[in-house]
Amino acid sequence: MEAFYEWFQQLYDSTGWNFVFMYDEYERDRLLEAMWVTIKLSLSCLVFSLVVGVIGAWAQGAKSAILRNFIYWYIQAFRNTPPLVQILFFYFVIGNLFPTYDAGGYQEQYIGAFGWAVVSLSFFAGAFNVEIFRAGVEAVPTATVEAAQSLGYSRLKAYLYIVLPLAFRVSLPALNNNLVNLVKTTTLAYIIAVPEMMYTANQMWSDNVNVSEMMIVLFFFYVGLVAILVYFMHRWERSMRIPGYGA
Amino acid sequence: MSDLPVLLPSAANLLNDAGRQRREGAFRVDLKLWHGVVLVAALAVVLGVAEAAGNAKESPWAVLVNWMPFILWGQEGHWQGFSLNIIISFFAMLIGTVVGAALGLMQVSLLLPVRTGSWIVTQFFRNSPWLVLLFTIMLMLPFEIQIGDTIIPIPDWVKAVIGFSLPVMANISEVVRGAVISLPSGQWESAESLAFTRFQTMWMIILPQCVKRMIPPWMNWYAILAMATPLCSIMGVEESVTFTQQAMSAEGGRPELLAPFYVFLLVIFFIYIYPIARWTVRLERKYSVKI
Amino acid sequence: MAWDESQPMVSIKDVYKSFGDLEVLKGVSFDVMKREVICIIGPSGSGKSTLIRCVNALNTINSGSITVEGQEVHDPKLDKLELRKKVGMVFQQYNLFPHKTAIENVMMAPIHVLKEDKAEVEGRAYALIKKVRLEGKENSYPGELSGGQQQRVAIARSLAMRPDVMLFDEVTAALDPETVKEVLVTIQELAEDGMTCMLVTHEMGFARELADHIYFTDRGVIVEHGPPATFFDDAKDPRTKEFLSQIL
Repeated sequence: MEAFYEWFQQLYDSTGWNFVFMYDEYERDRLLEAMWVTIKLSLSCLVFSLVVGVIGAWAQGAKSAILRNFIYWYIQAFRNTPPLVQILFFYFVIGNLFPTYDAGGYQEQYIGAFGWAVVSLSFFAGAFNVEIFRAGVEAVPTATVEAAQSLGYSRLKAYLYIVLPLAFRVSLPALNNNLVNLVKTTTLAYIIAVPEMMYTANQMWSDNVNVSEMMIVLFFFYVGLVAILVYFMHRWERSMRIPGYGA
Repeated sequence: MSDLPVLLPSAANLLNDAGRQRREGAFRVDLKLWHGVVLVAALAVVLGVAEAAGNAKESPWAVLVNWMPFILWGQEGHWQGFSLNIIISFFAMLIGTVVGAALGLMQVSLLLPVRTGSWIVTQFFRNSPWLVLLFTIMLMLPFEIQIGDTIIPIPDWVKAVIGFSLPVMANISEVVRGAVISLPSGQWESAESLAFTRFQTMWMIILPQCVKRMIPPWMNWYAILAMATPLCSIMGVEESVTFTQQAMSAEGGRPELLAPFYVFLLVIFFIYIYPIARWTVRLERKYSVKI
Repeated sequence: MAWDESQPMVSIKDVYKSFGDLEVLKGVSFDVMKREVICIIGPSGSGKSTLIRCVNALNTINSGSITVEGQEVHDPKLDKLELRKKVGMVFQQYNLFPHKTAIENVMMAPIHVLKEDKAEVEGRAYALIKKVRLEGKENSYPGELSGGQQQRVAIARSLAMRPDVMLFDEVTAALDPETVKEVLVTIQELAEDGMTCMLVTHEMGFARELADHIYFTDRGVIVEHGPPATFFDDAKDPRTKEFLSQIL
């Protein structure tokens, strides 16, 4: 392994191509940490946005008009404003309202930049998910639910075993689109100094003056990540497809 | 499908929308008039709140009005600020459309290397985050180039134009390709049977029919692009968001000015994008009636 | 390769065609002389459409030979465009160009492909529209025409190229029964004028009246063939008899 890293040192010495994170352990750790942060950010947002989506879709059918209206306004607000503004809003405006603690001379927030990025992006993606889930659940005719009930399924069981699987299959392509978009949108966390790939790469090239090399790495990372996601998405969709339906 | 569907029409709608979003690369921008009304109302509200909370040396409303011309069109020559957002979006769309259309046609070429190469380029720029592309172009292009004896400066906003035109180009490429392959194969076959060359078939039969299908997604991308131009404020390009930040710091960073200024930005962007979004919807309806 | 009228216009010899593993044509041979009208009938999946599309080089063949006026169709060096000036084809789905009017559809190919003079083409196009009995509809768009009218424009469009042989691929299958007749009358007049025609069709009455020769295909081979009189009244092969009993 060392020899592999050594090669990059030689590369630097001979050509000036400075892939510093390859031969320098500190930089390597920094970069790997950044990759992990991006992946963690994407995954957290994915999970939370799904939760938001499910809750929102349920709330849309609630009896309380206040709740219904609230969800409606939430969706409209988050779908039609730029996510950059949303991140700034959550971090600077809402973040300021939250308690801080004394971290040795300066005030540190309990919910740091990473946390607010997750919150903001989850609500952003969640707004799309609510619509998707609602349409998916609506797609199952009541006749199907009634048929399930007449077979002895309780309402809850019918929902779990009949409605949700169908709704999920129908929603999957739209959810996948959302996920790919989400991964690309995580770069906006740069603006509030979350140490994800974009931000860390920026710091590294400021330290090491190797802009092109870091750019190459950035591109490969994102394009590669998205390509992997898209590949698995397609495979999953194909295995989940309902014959007779499909874009 | 049988008369009694397994799933209700909303399933088909959902799948169609997802498919369309995947083909065109983005959700349709769906702005309604009442959004604008809400934004203006919100502006009034935050101004009112700021007025009440502020130390009232100068009313926030007056401050905003003072800075409005600066934010909207800057100082020298009136082409900075929000005007620059529009200028950048215009040129990026122009380049992106021309190059993207060429790429899209290359993706349906009969020559495998051309098809593969253009596919790789399209997918690469489609899947890259816009911020990364912007950074790359802005940092890696020199600030001036020398051709012979003349030195041509490349200002920041030009780099931003190039940076934005890359993802637009890739998405337009997909829109074009999608439109071409959406035509029934019968069109190609009957043209072939009449001994039209491939070029003639493309130019006289396929493309004219595609143009109508391409216009709504194309306009949608312009709306998305226009909303994305503030990204270049991160690099200091002198557009509306940068100027807003400068204005706020010139006012001493008063926290009660934060909301009014940013809501004002939302309002002016809405005023610009909303007509485009409505026109897109109208054009789509108009073009989908005819077969 | 000098070709004269004593030789077949279209000569199909021992043609094999597969789509991947699926063998669609398994050794088809027959000849079509000039001014002959032949009909190919058979159950779906028997390869009739594939066969006729091979004559026009819209499909390739795996082995065998198809010649049109002595020219081998599946010669790799053949200029397909030259071939298609001689062979006209009309499709089941009409495939008119929806963004051009009827007259423009008819005029396009002679002007852009044959590079003929516009005024002359226009005159011929009007005459052709009149011949297919669509005077008054010259400036209508395909979307404004009925199925039968569109099909007749498609026929006029192919005729504008002055082909030597016309191929018809189930051209009435997508039409309402009332409009089928108007298309058949047009084809009949064409045949009576001396055009060599190859039709894939389900219209048995039409075939019986008009064809000089009928070919029955089933599962990729020609099971039986003959002039209409012997074919319909005196079929020999049991498969033919079964098919005829189902449709007549």
